[in-house]
Amino acid sequence: MFRFLFTKIALLLPTFFGVSVVAFTFIRMLPGDPVELLAGERGMTPERHAALMQQYGFDRPFWEQYLHFLGKVFQGDLGTSIVTKQPVLEEFLTLFPATVELSLCAMLFATLIGLPAGVIAAVRRGSFLDHSIMSVSLAGYSMPIFWWGLLLIIFFSGMLEWTPVSGRISLMYFFDPVTGFMTIDAWLSGEEGALASALHHLVLPAAVLGTIPLAVIARQTRSAMLEVLQEDYVRTARAKGLAPWRVVGLHALRNALITVVTVIGLQVGLLLAGAILTETIFAWPGVGKWVVDSISRRDYASVQGGLLLIALVVMVVNLCVDLLYGLVNPRIRYQR
Amino acid sequence: MTRPMHPLQEFWHYFRENRGAVAGLGFMVLLVLVALFADVIAPHAPDVQDRANFLKPPVWQEGGSWSYPLGTDAVGRDMLSRILHGTRYSLLIGIVVVPIALVAGVILGVLAGYFRGKIDVVISRAMDVILAFPSLLLALTLVALLGPGLMNAMLGISLVLLPHFVRLTRASVLSEASRDYVTASRVAGAGHLRLMFVTILPNCLAPLIVQATLSFSNAILDAAALGFLGLGAQPPTPEWGTLLAEAREFILSAWWVVTFPGLAILLTVLAINLLGDGLRDALDPKLKRS
Repeated sequence: MFRFLFTKIALLLPTFFGVSVVAFTFIRMLPGDPVELLAGERGMTPERHAALMQQYGFDRPFWEQYLHFLGKVFQGDLGTSIVTKQPVLEEFLTLFPATVELSLCAMLFATLIGLPAGVIAAVRRGSFLDHSIMSVSLAGYSMPIFWWGLLLIIFFSGMLEWTPVSGRISLMYFFDPVTGFMTIDAWLSGEEGALASALHHLVLPAAVLGTIPLAVIARQTRSAMLEVLQEDYVRTARAKGLAPWRVVGLHALRNALITVVTVIGLQVGLLLAGAILTETIFAWPGVGKWVVDSISRRDYASVQGGLLLIALVVMVVNLCVDLLYGLVNPRIRYQR
Repeated sequence: MTRPMHPLQEFWHYFRENRGAVAGLGFMVLLVLVALFADVIAPHAPDVQDRANFLKPPVWQEGGSWSYPLGTDAVGRDMLSRILHGTRYSLLIGIVVVPIALVAGVILGVLAGYFRGKIDVVISRAMDVILAFPSLLLALTLVALLGPGLMNAMLGISLVLLPHFVRLTRASVLSEASRDYVTASRVAGAGHLRLMFVTILPNCLAPLIVQATLSFSNAILDAAALGFLGLGAQPPTPEWGTLLAEAREFILSAWWVVTFPGLAILLTVLAINLLGDGLRDALDPKLKRS
């Protein structure tokens, strides 16, 4: 197991260096003077410009600049936002819980509906129900979610007036963040109605972000179940006279889940790409909206830090999924 | 004695059985026709503003009229005409992006799979780096770097789609390279280039065709997303994502300016995905979805 762990981590190192090179060269490839871009000042005196050149290290050779950058990254220094003058890492960490909360709820929504739908479709294979579930999930898979979000706002916020249009909680509640998760903080604050308000704000964005994962999970569950249902041990379980729900629920689903869980885990990249759009539509203060705003504000230090940190998150989650998969499926562990 | 079917006949035989795929193909043919004849079909020019008719609702709603079947936008442009013209941009995006990603991806994948060793390591790790970024984030950053616009958005999306083609090609080349017919060809004196692109590559095409179809729909979705974020095609281009970006402020007052462009995106992507599923089943019975 440890060898498996080490090979997996060793494989990540070159990827991490590649990612850091991309983030590093990004600022230097932008048209315009990098000092002006990073400092956010215009019309500097030549002395000030020279001083900043030295401060940022632009007067040194390229590879030295890169090593310097990398050294700072390892110390947790990702530069300073030119708009808010805050350290980039700090900004990211403040906003990150909002994205995690949204993503977790989206995955919860997708799994709670997608898993049973996939199982039902597999068990009732070829029926009208199967065809309906698969058609709906193909439509979900093809969904432009930025449009889907707008449609849901028109319907639930505009016509029915059930849900708020944007934000994480109603403005009438105010409390200090403890965990960064609005639902938990609201619950901890003990203010009446705060938790309900937070959930109210969360449900629509989570449903939008969860739509594509929902479709993927339903499709994958169905095909994994179909495969497992043909296995000999399922036939044995049936022959023993077990109740159908036990055969499907205990014997088949548990084995199909190995594949499905991996599929769920590997959705992170897709989920974060979706979070960029969902957060923008619902004005959800997470890292996705932050990156988009940073790009439009030309806050390139933040974009650079965001690139690096988000790629790091994707890599770490994928590593965890890999390890988990190796843990539950020994056949993978001993390959090679 | 019956003659064996021609591969194309065989393909059509399997493809025809999948009704969804045939419907998808039909819709795509329709879209191509719309794109070609948009000037003739569309009732108005896409950028003509009618100052007497701002935000006019569609024909079946009170206040609508037949001269603007799907209503007008905030400056009095006909929604139907803009959406019909938008077909051109969406198809253009697919037609530009997919060949770039496909050709570059196939070349890199064949090199990696055929030569293995250091070349393989370098190419594969580089693809890992691209895959470490959420696709939309990388495309966004590239567009921020090159400047907003449809051309740069297409370049960004090509890069994001590249690794899938590389990995797919590399895997099939790896499995084909040790087959007897390749050895035979090598013994007969075929050079590297001939072995790679004439002997091996044609046997790896089926999964690549399916991937190209699915990439077509991804390209349209991503380009629309970039347009929606203001970094793709710029107004007044009637690209569907850009139409949605312009419509955002009217979501609670004029539902039609939001609904129809998105519906066009959804139907197009759905049709291509149906087509892709059908192609996969028809081209490779082994992969056939049960």
